[in-house]
Amino acid sequence: MTERVSPQVLREGLRVLGVAIRTEPLTFGLSVAASALYGGMTVASAWVLGRVVERVILPAFASGEPGRGALAAGAAAIVAVAVLKALGVAGRRFWAGLMQYNLQARYRREVTRQYLRLPLAWHQKHPTGQLLSNASSDVEAAWAPIAPLPMAVGVVFMLFFAAVSILAIDLPLAVVGFLLFPMIALLNLAYQRVLSPKVARAQQLRAEVSEVAHESFEGGLVVKTLGREAAETERFQAAAERLRDANITVGRVRGLFDPVLESLPRFGVLAVLLFGSVRLDAGAINAGDLVQVCYLFTLLSWPVRSLGWVLAELPRSVVGWNRVRAVLDARGAMPYGEESLDSPRAAALEAKELTFGYGDATVLKGAGLSVAPGRTVALVGATGSGKSTLASLLVRLVDPEEGVVRLDGVDVRELAPGEVARAAALVPQDTFLFDDTVRGNIALEGDLPDADIWAALRLAQADGFVAGLPDGLDTRLGERGATLSGGQRQRLALARALARGPRLLVLDDATSSVDPQVEARILGGLRDTEASVVVVAYRKATIALADEVVHLVRGRVADRGAHAELLARSPAYRNLVNAYENAEAEHAEEALQADGIDADGIDEDVKA
Amino acid sequence: MTVLNETALREGAFATLRRGLAITPEFRRGIALTIVLALVATAGRVVTPVAVQQTIDHGLPLAGSPDLAYIRSAVLICAAAIVVTALCAYLMNVRLYRSTETSLASLRVKAFRHVHDLSMLTQSGQRKGGLVSRVTGDVDQISQFMQWGGLMFLISAGEIVVVTALMAVYSWQLTLVVWIAFVPLALALRHFQRLISRAYMTVRERMGDLLAAVSESVIGAPVIKAYAAERRTAERVDRAVERGRVAQKRAQGLVALTFPTSEIVAAMATAAVVAGGVLLGVGGDISAGELVAFLFLVTLFVSPMQQATEILNEAQNAIAGWRRVLGVLDTDPDVADPGPKGHTLPRGPVGVAFEDVAFAYPSGPRVLEGVTVEIPPQARIAVVGETGSGKTTFAKLLTRLMDPVEGAVRVDGVPLHRVRFASLRERIVIVPQDGFLFDTTLGENIRYGRPGASDAEIVAALGELGLGDWLEGLPRGLETPVGQRGESLSAGERQLVALARAYLADPDLLVLDEATSAVDPATEVRIQRALDGVTRGRTSVAIAHRLSTAEAADEILVFDKGRIVQRGHHSALVGTPGVYADLHTSWRNASTGRGGPQSGKSGPN
Repeated sequence: MTERVSPQVLREGLRVLGVAIRTEPLTFGLSVAASALYGGMTVASAWVLGRVVERVILPAFASGEPGRGALAAGAAAIVAVAVLKALGVAGRRFWAGLMQYNLQARYRREVTRQYLRLPLAWHQKHPTGQLLSNASSDVEAAWAPIAPLPMAVGVVFMLFFAAVSILAIDLPLAVVGFLLFPMIALLNLAYQRVLSPKVARAQQLRAEVSEVAHESFEGGLVVKTLGREAAETERFQAAAERLRDANITVGRVRGLFDPVLESLPRFGVLAVLLFGSVRLDAGAINAGDLVQVCYLFTLLSWPVRSLGWVLAELPRSVVGWNRVRAVLDARGAMPYGEESLDSPRAAALEAKELTFGYGDATVLKGAGLSVAPGRTVALVGATGSGKSTLASLLVRLVDPEEGVVRLDGVDVRELAPGEVARAAALVPQDTFLFDDTVRGNIALEGDLPDADIWAALRLAQADGFVAGLPDGLDTRLGERGATLSGGQRQRLALARALARGPRLLVLDDATSSVDPQVEARILGGLRDTEASVVVVAYRKATIALADEVVHLVRGRVADRGAHAELLARSPAYRNLVNAYENAEAEHAEEALQADGIDADGIDEDVKA
Repeated sequence: MTVLNETALREGAFATLRRGLAITPEFRRGIALTIVLALVATAGRVVTPVAVQQTIDHGLPLAGSPDLAYIRSAVLICAAAIVVTALCAYLMNVRLYRSTETSLASLRVKAFRHVHDLSMLTQSGQRKGGLVSRVTGDVDQISQFMQWGGLMFLISAGEIVVVTALMAVYSWQLTLVVWIAFVPLALALRHFQRLISRAYMTVRERMGDLLAAVSESVIGAPVIKAYAAERRTAERVDRAVERGRVAQKRAQGLVALTFPTSEIVAAMATAAVVAGGVLLGVGGDISAGELVAFLFLVTLFVSPMQQATEILNEAQNAIAGWRRVLGVLDTDPDVADPGPKGHTLPRGPVGVAFEDVAFAYPSGPRVLEGVTVEIPPQARIAVVGETGSGKTTFAKLLTRLMDPVEGAVRVDGVPLHRVRFASLRERIVIVPQDGFLFDTTLGENIRYGRPGASDAEIVAALGELGLGDWLEGLPRGLETPVGQRGESLSAGERQLVALARAYLADPDLLVLDEATSAVDPATEVRIQRALDGVTRGRTSVAIAHRLSTAEAADEILVFDKGRIVQRGHHSALVGTPGVYADLHTSWRNASTGRGGPQSGKSGPN
């Protein structure tokens, strides 16, 4: 466990605090000023009380005369100091909080901006859960020490004022104080040193409990259908018990240190009484001074611990900050050129010698294809042959390691930002819908007239069910469009692509959840659009739509040409696309042979 | 039932607390001693004022020199008292942490198990994140209250009682003065606390919106980039971030105003005590030391008051946490395991009968109606129909993921709801369309179907399914990590894993719900052929997306609008005009390219 207050963590932690102060100088300045006011007034309140005891209470008890003027002045002083102190507390709390929230907001925005800026290749290398926690809990952790920071700075002022005020009273008494407060501070340091790795561990185990629960509930159907409830409960119980033990360990440390830290100032007061009475006897101080110092000790014991709170948050803060920094410092934002595409007609696409891999697995090994304007090319290949990867390279979601993609003859890397998206639309295999209205999901940033949206919906065969939604185009779809069926989601995603009148349309198995009849209607409609089309497909009807077929085998183009040509010359291709017909033929043959033997028997069974 | 039982939301706070404590026996055990220790520890706080009073009254006579010997012994006694109370505080802390953590760990586990016992409909009616927080964050809130808020409440209450008692010993008049100052404050704080807790509720909601906005920018990255929708997403995130910040600022402002008011009230009480005390003291009703002790005692009122709003907030959160956890535990699993009383079916080929079965989702129309069918042991059945015709509902009733609203489903003659889950899940396994994978290796995911299966058995199973080549093509074989939810594999590969997992479980009835819809045709046909082999001797029901599956089946059930409209062998159905013939024609055209859209577009070049 590295989350310990080592000198290095302390150094890094202070640097993080420095960043915070430089970013939010105004709120920091205001909160520290308020905190200093609070610190000064805390010491002043003890001084006022000492003077009230010395000049009002004791003389009154000695003389039997209330001394109304002094009494009123004393009471007024007590209230006045308290009002100033309260103002200090309020200001400190408000601006410290504001500083923390401003920082959180700023870095949440920056992290998300960076997500939007970084290319998909970077996203693919980082788990979703990690990216989400970078923007939420890591940002929070990074700025966690900000809330107690002004208080801690104020306490430094407070200790300074206290030291001065006690020194002004009596040196030997001051020594008691100078022994006591460093002792509290040191003990607090020791406390945080022991505690913070244990807290960090508990924190980590808490995250694990949450992960196990999340995964287990998400896979609830699998757990249920395979009857694994008990095994899953055991897995969760093991995590919950590890967390329990870690929390109990934290509790034991807290349980030990808290009473000791609370008792120390009480012992301090007793020491002051003991030594103070001797000094009183010697005539060095008066009773009011003694009360003042005792009161100061009771007031200071709590704030002094705030130094420890900042320290306690530092390791977490450093870890959070480093994670946030890693996102903000990530390089490899996609470089863009300045070229633009102005042709209003269907796009020409050329992809050459593309190589691409995820980690150590190379998915594309020199694949390429070309689409003449207005033509349709089908990408055909077995599961895992690299079709989706190729599709994502064509619209420059990722850049190839080697090779080039050209749109209208221009390398897509030379195009200005947004140019590829303006010319080409990809409909991915996994549909993603925003938590927005139907209109918002289709128009996205553009301001499309309703007529265009309806035209796109009609083309995608989605107009029927959208018209049936309670608020039509303005129906909110909820989280990831959870209210719709898979086929409906796919049709909306298709409409989203069609609504922008793309000059190149890339369909990555985009109608797999749509019924064949509906798919046929969609594909029929597509023929009338002014676009070049690349379509990843299994269904022969879709393939038959294409002018050319590119057959991918393990990341390489095995063959290309018209469907009929490939059927004629490539046994692998034949085997792939004719699989159903072959199977059908075999079944028919088997059925023929079996007819006489047992088909009647089965019929009887079934009808019984 | 698709919603959780939320009756707990409507009951009183004390009723919730009582029921909550009733289900955590580990917490109640020994709690009396812990409370006694807490009260003794509280007494430690008044040691300082008493020592000051004793010193001033007995050690420092107004005239003459201090009685140092008296002071010394008083200080020693007080020191001893502080040690004892600190020790009590330590023991109390340790006991409290152990009892709360132990009881809450078992509460977590209890709630977790209960979530899995809830029916599929109830589970899918809930957002997964919401269910997770019921076994994590909600329980944490309870534990925070038990360990800090609840304890603080005890200590604060104890402190106020002890301090008041001590004050009353010194002077009842001044005690009254202090109470007159603090009671209105306590009432005002109650009001402030309501405002603050509402403000924090808004903060939490805004943070939820914020997370949702951020998660779109992460999960939707491919679409955002493909459509250059960065600006729109960034604006949405900015809006959510700013709304969150404003809510936080407002809540912080309320807290900043509320927190120091007790300082001012305490100062006014102190001033009043000084004035009243001097007047009383002149009359001889109170000593100087007692009056000074009073000034120290007033400060002890401040921290309970300052913490009161936080304690109340925590109490409210804890009650809300209890209610959400109880909401899970109160929800009856409407598809319940009959348990040990239920039937255990012997292994062997299984037959199923549907008798006039109807199903409707809660407050929805019937999606299945009058379904009567017998599936003999070892039969291979295909279920076909358009989207929404009731195929998947049929599969879910068959595997008892749901219970019919009318009619009965029998397995080997036994009503399905009387069969023990342990037996049912062993004999009947469904492969859903979207096979969820756990974030571990490929091998472990397949082993999920039969814990304890060896790697060799897994490899053999993949081989029997005709997936040996696929496995060999993976650089790390069974050790391939699949990523969260299996994201590192393609949709088709995830289906292959789910299929292998179910096959390894070795069921007597295998139900396939479009289990190979994302797999390429050649692989699908190969799997189909392999399944024909390995399911021989078992019963199988396949919901077919591609009708090639249907052609090999012993019998096809054709669903249309929630009813079985045709049944029989492919060879008989395909020639009869009807739903099946239509479906088949359209599928055939799509998959063979015959009669579909005209091939080729006339390009402009």
